[in-house]
Amino acid sequence: MIPGPFTYHRPESVADAVKLLIELGDEARPLAGGHSLIPMMKLRLATPDHLVDLAGIGDLKRIVRDGDRIVIGAMTTQHELLASNVIASSLPILHETALLIADPQVRYRGTIGGNVANGDPGNDMPGLMLTLGADYTLEGPNGSRTIAASEFYQGAYFTAIEPGEILTSVSIPVPPAGHGYAYEKLKRKIGDYATAAAAVVLTMAGGKVATCSIGLTNLSETALLADDAAAAVIGTTLDDASLRKAAEAARAIMSPAGDGRGPPEYRKHLGGIMVERALKRAAAAAR
Amino acid sequence: MAQAKKTQVSMTVNGQPVEGLVEPRTLLIHFIRENLQLTGPHIGCETTHCGACTIDMNGMSVKSCTVFAVQAEGAEITTIEGIANPDGTLSALQEGFRMMHGLQCGFCTPGMITRAHRLLQENPNPTEEEIRFGIAGNLCRCTGYQNIVRAIQYAAAKINGTEFKEAAE
Repeated sequence: MIPGPFTYHRPESVADAVKLLIELGDEARPLAGGHSLIPMMKLRLATPDHLVDLAGIGDLKRIVRDGDRIVIGAMTTQHELLASNVIASSLPILHETALLIADPQVRYRGTIGGNVANGDPGNDMPGLMLTLGADYTLEGPNGSRTIAASEFYQGAYFTAIEPGEILTSVSIPVPPAGHGYAYEKLKRKIGDYATAAAAVVLTMAGGKVATCSIGLTNLSETALLADDAAAAVIGTTLDDASLRKAAEAARAIMSPAGDGRGPPEYRKHLGGIMVERALKRAAAAAR
Repeated sequence: MAQAKKTQVSMTVNGQPVEGLVEPRTLLIHFIRENLQLTGPHIGCETTHCGACTIDMNGMSVKSCTVFAVQAEGAEITTIEGIANPDGTLSALQEGFRMMHGLQCGFCTPGMITRAHRLLQENPNPTEEEIRFGIAGNLCRCTGYQNIVRAIQYAAAKINGTEFKEAAE
């Protein structure tokens, strides 16, 4: 399987990359880790005439704490996330999720920017970014803008990225100390996309859920924020009835595709179970 | 679009500087196997699953069917051909695969050993679970992995100068 021919560009700054994308137009694609795009190109499902490789842009690889947020450059790989003490201590759910993506070889190459910007409903990071209330920074011909992850995803592979724009960083508010978290991902085998997955970040006070957010992966055309499900557990002790209510509220917004991972009914059923498991494990981890 | 212009690439492979003229779409595995005639790394699934094409690139295990040769410009690469000891004797991992019968058909072995090489660099004394998780990107259809895990444990023990204890059956 050999991809179609293309011209390769390797700009050294974001400004040059944006300029190239504008000049080359629709037939140009930015290249990050390439572990979604290159397989698509080999299958000729993607046939860009130009690839603009972002690997030569130094400023896109960083993990920094900025006040009460963690800012991660788009070209930071999953492997680098896993090696980061900042992530392990301040955003342990990001560590947990990165570890569930694909396999070691893919995690050395795959980037957080590519994962969130591709718009693939099977990717794990978008649902997590919704759960964490992350923002994305996009740079384009008209300068820089920030958009909430919750406004970014419009459909499968459709995002708010405008022509010529590059997603350059992800900014995540650090969850409060003592928060509980869990990313429950059911998959057929290591390396697979989720059959169903749920992310939970919550805080507990006096044995009851004080705050909660829940995100869903691969259960619709885009990752979803399950607001009603989260609301269903706030103020509860996460008793069985509340867990069931949350699972049902989450199922109500799921519309998974039927594919090799199972028919929609099956995936919705499991999606609810992932929500229940993630809630229970997050609550047990909360202090 | 018309045939893309060829590009000069240069990199270091198994300690030797190499260069070649490639189309941008040339995959690194094709450059290694066809231009450099290093046919140790195999082409298995071609879809980033099986890991038979695994090489070491800049200190990372990489599936070379999913990297363009142009992306490896200036890279430091090790293939299975560069894994043996400098004097040509088997490395601890190669010896482990031989002693523990870590292969049957051998198709996955170059990728397995190259991946295990990096795994042991990062984690010199892995548990069985860490080994299994660490080689999750490499598929073997013969061994059931048992002997591959033993081979890596054998190599880790040899490198660390500790005694290799086979798990009780």
